[in-house]
Amino acid sequence: MGENLTLVQAVRDGLRDEMAEDDDVLVMGEDVGKNGGVFRATEGLYDEFGEERVIDTPLAESGIIGSAIGMAAYGLKPVPEIQFSGFMYPGFDQIVSHMARLRTRSRGRFTCPMVLRAPFGGGIRAPEHHSESKEAFYVHEAGLKVAIPSTPHDAKGMLIAAIRDPDPVIFLEPKKIYRAFREEVPDGPYEVELGEAAVRREGSDVSVFTWGAMTRPTLEAAENMADDVDVEVVDLRTLSPLDEETVVASFEKTGRAAIVHEAPKTAGVGAELTATLQEEALLHQEAPIKRVTGFDVPFPLAALEDYHLPEPERIESGIRETVEF
Amino acid sequence: MVRVLNEDGEVVDGAEVPDLDGDELVEMYRTMKLARRFDERAVSLQRQGRIGTYPPLSGQEGAQVGSAMALGDDDWMVPSYREHAASLVQGLPLKQTLRLWMGDENGARVPEDVNLFTVAVPIASQIPHATGLAWASKLKDEQDKAFLCYFGDGATSEGDFHEGLNFAGVFDTPNVFFCNNNQWAISVPRERQTASKTLAQKAEAYGFEGVQVDGMDPLAVYAVTKAAVEKAKEPAEGELRPTMIEAVQYRFGAHTTADDPSVYREEEEVEEWKAKDPIPRLEKYLQRTDRLDDETITDIEADVEDRVADAIAAAEETPRPDPVEMFQNVYAEMPGRLEKQLEWFQSIRAEHGDEALLED
Repeated sequence: MGENLTLVQAVRDGLRDEMAEDDDVLVMGEDVGKNGGVFRATEGLYDEFGEERVIDTPLAESGIIGSAIGMAAYGLKPVPEIQFSGFMYPGFDQIVSHMARLRTRSRGRFTCPMVLRAPFGGGIRAPEHHSESKEAFYVHEAGLKVAIPSTPHDAKGMLIAAIRDPDPVIFLEPKKIYRAFREEVPDGPYEVELGEAAVRREGSDVSVFTWGAMTRPTLEAAENMADDVDVEVVDLRTLSPLDEETVVASFEKTGRAAIVHEAPKTAGVGAELTATLQEEALLHQEAPIKRVTGFDVPFPLAALEDYHLPEPERIESGIRETVEF
Repeated sequence: MVRVLNEDGEVVDGAEVPDLDGDELVEMYRTMKLARRFDERAVSLQRQGRIGTYPPLSGQEGAQVGSAMALGDDDWMVPSYREHAASLVQGLPLKQTLRLWMGDENGARVPEDVNLFTVAVPIASQIPHATGLAWASKLKDEQDKAFLCYFGDGATSEGDFHEGLNFAGVFDTPNVFFCNNNQWAISVPRERQTASKTLAQKAEAYGFEGVQVDGMDPLAVYAVTKAAVEKAKEPAEGELRPTMIEAVQYRFGAHTTADDPSVYREEEEVEEWKAKDPIPRLEKYLQRTDRLDDETITDIEADVEDRVADAIAAAEETPRPDPVEMFQNVYAEMPGRLEKQLEWFQSIRAEHGDEALLED
């Protein structure tokens, strides 16, 4: 039997269970110790596992990520937290120059089995730089895996899979849905395999590809139009490696596609998906592929963020454009 | 500034000569000669187009060999991109150093039994790694390993220098931070990196000891590194484990073969520093103390010539890596998309032949 948990509780549950399972796993970052993380994702871990495994570090993103790389190379499994994904940029050099490339650069002598966690995305009325969704940066970088859960069950299972993965994983947690709903989450460790998309709703008229916090408004849009359009909703879950098979199969079935993400449109992951469908399944295509995304603007402050983020009405309009083409 | 030998190879007043026997001292000398000859030949190979861009080390043999010899068998070394001599002492064959600068990543593959981290190019970025490696060792309750990390004077301006040393102080990790202050970060002088009087004094801000040593005096470098390694493993009460060493020295040549130092520095300056050259300095000391005679020097020079020639021959005889290797070691298991790219690439190779794909 499991428990009804929110997504952030499921993250905490996953960390706890895997730390109990494997002594090499440790959590580090700013405020993750006594304070239990600003979103409470590490609450209670400090008391349970002590200051050598739940480490409050100095406020220094490059130092956190860079020293975690050294730890991972030396056989530990660090799970550093960056407080908000919008603060990952001071550590960006460590992510792309070292975390992603250590295996390649050393021809396999050194590896980097770490999981870099960060709350990401908008919708919580946060100050500037607290709402970015720049998953495309990391998807573009060979050597990294990029995972974004959309449910508590997946959050726990994907996080454990990420910690057990021999490669470095960027684990982005959609903070808008940290506490939006509960779901039954099994007790004890389990894995939701990385690289596998989930078909959240089966349909025959159009495929909609999405991930993270956008999954729920997309499903809502699908229900709202269910009387006249049968929408299939695919939650990608892992953006790198991409589950191309599921994506292409869904598109071949429906012949139409929309992509929903909150990141800006230009060179976003939607562009990659569109190109992939063109390459792999052009002859099945019956309409232009529609991207419903954030705009090509810096993420707006709270007063305007609702207009920036795709919500069910905008998503429905986008889907209808491709269906009615 | 700590110094054992003056520029004429005489022990300075009050200095203590480190406890190395005659064979070890001659070995130090031989390795420095080897590094110098290797460096000269590598620059020449680059000029002939036989290797790519190469970062020369001449002038820094004393700092590299002296510090590397101070490490114990279980200690680790984290290099930047110029530590060819230190890496050699630690166990990386010269052939591999050449292969790396010939553009073959296999040159950066450190043998399993050698405690050497892979070469890092972005400045100072290896410093937090060294802290993390040492920190992991401490968390694993190993108490007998020190982690020696090299970087240049320019690196001390980077955020990663601060973050790496700051973490090391806070978490009291068994690190030795070794700054090869060779006076120039490409064309920008040491004075443009910091207004601090010395680089060593920066350690004070992190709560641990900083030591300035004559980097062209291999015996002094050996002594301070040895002491720092011992302290990393077993600090005195109330003392933090890390040390930052600033080894004051000079690179005689260019930053890399891609720049021309005559544009940014005066020849007189180079000549002044050449008078401090670590090799004749140790040679004179060894001759004066009857550990080295002319015959042995001749033998060493012949031996060094052979070893460099052998390394070059071995590197050049190594075939270009199989292009399939580009796709390997990106992930533990090759993702499907990458497999498809590899398949397509293989079909292009089969269609056109490798010759057609290579630039003349």
